[in-house]
Amino acid sequence: MAERSFKAEVEHLRKGAGDTFTGEGILAITKALLENGVGYVGGYQGAPISHLMDVLADAEDLMAELGIRFEANANEAAAAAMLAASVHYPIRGAVTFKGSVGVNVASDALANLASSGVNGGALIIVGEDYGEGSSIMQERSHAFAMKSQFWLLDPRPNLPCITQAVKDSFELSEASNTPVMLMVRIRSCHVTGSFQTRDNQRPKLSVKDALSNPQSDFARVVLPPMSFAHEQDKIKNRWPAAEKFIRERQLNEVFGPKTAPVGLVLQGGMYNGVIRALQRLGLADIWGNSQVPLYVLNVTYPLLSSEFLEFCEGKDQVLVIEEGQPEFIEQQLSTFLYRAGSSVKLRGKGILPMAGEYTGQVMLDGIAAFLKEAAPHMLPALIRAPNEDKPQIPDLTKTVPIRPPGFCTGCPERPIFAAIKLVQKETGRLQISADIGCHLFGSLPPFEIGGATMGYGLGPAANAAFDGGGERRPLSIIGDGGFWHNGLSSSFTNMAFNKSDGVAVIVDNYYSAATGGQDIMSSRADNPTKATKHPITKALKGIGIEWVRQVDRTYDVGKMRDVLREALTTDTPGPKVIVASSECMLNKQRREKPLAQQAIKEGRRVEAPRFGVDEDVCTGDHACIRLSGCPSLSLKKLDDPLRDDPVASIDQSCVGCGNCGEVADAAVLCPSFYRADVVHNPSKWEAKMAAFRTKVIGWLQSRRAARRLDFGGTA
Amino acid sequence: MTLHETIGAETESRQADPRLSGIIKLAILAVGGQGGGVLTGWIEDLARAQGYAAQATSVAGVSQRTGATVYYVEMAPQKPGEPVPVFSLMPAPGDVDIMITAEMMEAGRSIIRGFVTPDRTVLITSTHRALAVSEKMVPGDGIASSDEVMAAAEIAARRVIAADFDALAIRNGSVISASLFGALAGAGVLPFPREAFEAAIRSGGKGIDGSLRAFAAAYEVAANPTPEVAPVAAVKPESKVQGPARLMAEWDRLAARVAALPAPVAELALPGLRKVVDFQDLRYGAEYLDRLGTVLSRDDAAHGWVLSREAAKYIANALAYDDIIRVADLKTRARRFDRIRAEMRVKDANVLHLTEFFHPRAEEIVGMFPARLGAKVVADPKWMARLTRWFDKGRRLRTDSLPAFVTLHILGGMKGWRRRTLRHAQEQAHLTHWLDTALAQTTRNYDLAVELIRCRRLIKGYSDTHVRGYAKFDRVLAATARIAHREDAADWCRRLREAALLDEEGKALDGAIRTIDSFA
Repeated sequence: MAERSFKAEVEHLRKGAGDTFTGEGILAITKALLENGVGYVGGYQGAPISHLMDVLADAEDLMAELGIRFEANANEAAAAAMLAASVHYPIRGAVTFKGSVGVNVASDALANLASSGVNGGALIIVGEDYGEGSSIMQERSHAFAMKSQFWLLDPRPNLPCITQAVKDSFELSEASNTPVMLMVRIRSCHVTGSFQTRDNQRPKLSVKDALSNPQSDFARVVLPPMSFAHEQDKIKNRWPAAEKFIRERQLNEVFGPKTAPVGLVLQGGMYNGVIRALQRLGLADIWGNSQVPLYVLNVTYPLLSSEFLEFCEGKDQVLVIEEGQPEFIEQQLSTFLYRAGSSVKLRGKGILPMAGEYTGQVMLDGIAAFLKEAAPHMLPALIRAPNEDKPQIPDLTKTVPIRPPGFCTGCPERPIFAAIKLVQKETGRLQISADIGCHLFGSLPPFEIGGATMGYGLGPAANAAFDGGGERRPLSIIGDGGFWHNGLSSSFTNMAFNKSDGVAVIVDNYYSAATGGQDIMSSRADNPTKATKHPITKALKGIGIEWVRQVDRTYDVGKMRDVLREALTTDTPGPKVIVASSECMLNKQRREKPLAQQAIKEGRRVEAPRFGVDEDVCTGDHACIRLSGCPSLSLKKLDDPLRDDPVASIDQSCVGCGNCGEVADAAVLCPSFYRADVVHNPSKWEAKMAAFRTKVIGWLQSRRAARRLDFGGTA
Repeated sequence: MTLHETIGAETESRQADPRLSGIIKLAILAVGGQGGGVLTGWIEDLARAQGYAAQATSVAGVSQRTGATVYYVEMAPQKPGEPVPVFSLMPAPGDVDIMITAEMMEAGRSIIRGFVTPDRTVLITSTHRALAVSEKMVPGDGIASSDEVMAAAEIAARRVIAADFDALAIRNGSVISASLFGALAGAGVLPFPREAFEAAIRSGGKGIDGSLRAFAAAYEVAANPTPEVAPVAAVKPESKVQGPARLMAEWDRLAARVAALPAPVAELALPGLRKVVDFQDLRYGAEYLDRLGTVLSRDDAAHGWVLSREAAKYIANALAYDDIIRVADLKTRARRFDRIRAEMRVKDANVLHLTEFFHPRAEEIVGMFPARLGAKVVADPKWMARLTRWFDKGRRLRTDSLPAFVTLHILGGMKGWRRRTLRHAQEQAHLTHWLDTALAQTTRNYDLAVELIRCRRLIKGYSDTHVRGYAKFDRVLAATARIAHREDAADWCRRLREAALLDEEGKALDGAIRTIDSFA
């Protein structure tokens, strides 16, 4: 079960004609899929489309009613490959994953799909993870559309436009026999708004029915000589068909006055940002009516020469607003102008920055600079010659600390990294490679473990060069999500086959945790539609890795350290793999907290653990924090004139995971930590014994207290 | 392409659409897990229920575990039949009306990002701190200054509403999203009545009562801000000393000796005396005052008694070292049990289990031996290995159980034995050496003597950490000795000490020492 449940929202997906849907972009896309008769859906989770996968999973009943098949694919390649069903059958299919990394993984299948061409509408919904909030390298999915020649839609970021784009995409795909990629940016995925719903449609042909009448056509297979024919087909038939459809159905939009000396050309996704800049310049009203002509590219690939040249007619200069680099669109549009022998001056990167997100300020500065040069009469006097007297605001950049994401309170991965830090104190620094997932937070302070990540499931593969071994063994870290995504084949068979001498730690937290707690093969949960509970160790044995150690409680830092030490020093040849398993605390708390509260209410016995620090014993060295970084383990300044440094302090958000006590023990830190287990609803005997003990202890305490001076205080 | 004609656009007018000023732009900066999404949802529902068009976005993402997150809401009045305004998906510098920050440094971040400007922004912030890892992991004090952020906020914002909305929420059995929503309502910056805010909470579902309580409390704080009274340099009244008459008489004598000291010295000497007497006994307290007296005799009023004042603090800390006896004593006191019961909210019907985490090493065990025997054992690797084998392992003691409690109670009562131990001898020798080193400078370079006294701050922690502290202390003193002849020696000593407190491995200290080597 995923971290966020959409069960309540999914009911809105049943809305029909004449209703209004209000909610998040992700849900609107799901609704649009249902309205457009999709026959099968799938994908792989990852921000910003994780919630789309969660919505789909929660909507499985509804989809089953409509005869729609839902797959939680093993990875993006599997998802893209599933679109093969639309090659021969007139069935609409949609898959979703994150861009650009998901598209990287899927690109093999996507290239084959694009070459074969499709019969039913094939839609790839890509959550473009670019700019603020992104967790990946800053690249564009755009390039994939260009290299494999499938079409790319980048609609204006509001719910009516996004849902319309889903409809347009399917129809464009079918009209041009080409898969279509619909790109939604981080904020568009989470943007809220309303749109008018239509009735959900059953697919005209369901995947189930298709199996009764299998189809194949060798002309669709990517083999010579058909592959050469595919290329010609793309250029001679599919592309022109797409251009015709885009033009006739007016998928791109033009706003503003017909005649003006200048115009703006923009990706659909940039629309709201551009309008806000124009609003601030006094060139657009609240509803976006612009005094500068806008050519909005809801389809960013292919670009239409004739349509663009038409827009440029009568203009002296146009500005291309294209986020990300390289500037594919600007290059293509320049070519159009050059080939047409046009004298229109095209501006773009240069006035606007080549790299980085086009934020409100970037947009305002860029458009203002362009207009100042190209059409100064359009700008208000204030902007032409700014004369502002702003007060000096003190510079806080040196004061405010950075706050990157990190392990949650009670995270079971923290003790693994504490153990690695401790073992490195014995062995010396190790060569460490990491993977994708929560464990990558281990590369940040206070652990600073792992210096590279090469992709999902590729952690151990990224250490392959060191497989031959040396003075110290290389260590790689991978999560359970990465293991099942791609790691088993790309990383572990690679280690096994090459007789690697390396050590790999698999962080098994029972979920694909970083993407929001989705179930995977080794999840411990019962899942009615998915096969779970497949131990990772079994898979490892299956590919011939002999030295496998299972640690069932990662919080046992001492044991983790000992197993790591053994893996790093054993004489056994071949890969050494440690599976470190404890449940993701975020998910565990979400599941167990309500149960525990219920049990307390019902009078059943419950032990609630929490850690604390004796502030008189703590000396304020913070060594414990350097082996933890837990949000609930913080500092407190004491009201004691004799103390200089703040002492450790644990707040009430502590979940009693045990890391503090284990680390204090394993690293021989200090005796300041204590664990308090509050027993709710103790048995009568237990309460009686406790009362007796308290009495004896109280007597001893008061006896001593009577013989010494009492200074008050906290101890 | 679809053609959209501009509706009623007067190309002559270059003024911004006056309706644009009707758009309310509200940004929220929070730390992952603070419920920024819930708060955003409430604000959005509230606006729609009041006939506004509203749009919210976030970059909370799943990668933002415990990291800084940003949410953004725009809203504008919408008449029936009117098209939806075009809203922006992200806040822009200089274009935010209401900035809500759920933590003090996030307020600072919002100022850095330009979202808080004097012409328009109302900043609503919680003043509590959720410390970043980089602040917490410093061996010294790495906590960023909230005062700096507050000072900047006063300049940057049109209005600041600041209070500890986190504590306020917890007091009312809720979370910070509810109290910030209350502050937003109380600030009166949205054109909606209080009942509409509360209706948004009620329609939300979970934990409504707690949310409404926190909402109401925060509403009051924001609506009737009391001018913040600068905390009067709170000289905490020392809690009264109590005890048997015989001991009290002796205590009064010692306290009178302190009272006779120059005021700045007495201010620290009294807590110092309390600390050492609590650590050992009254005789130890007298020795403390004797030591302090030696320092005082080398000091004078012209220097403001700085040396003696610092010595009063650090001699007390050095005398009250952390040994097994002290820890066992502190862990078994009644007051501690009471404090834990209160902190953990243990009710009478509950039973409390208390687990302590001890990991004594051979060094701590030998430290309890008589000084001479201990010294021999320490010098004998065979014996140390044996002791390590016997004692060096993690021990979890249940101090709510009798065997563990009694063990610690007995250990904590061994104060009479303490003076004979190896550890005591070592601490005394170290103390003497340190004081002598510092006092040797008093006549030639008073400031250097003061800085040397302050270097005692470097020694803290247990086992490895303690050893590392000693090593840093020694290195700082050694490096200072090499440049003790220079006029700026005191300044260098201070720099070395501060560098030593920056990181665990002592990289900053290495750098500082290299600099000294370059001119020493």
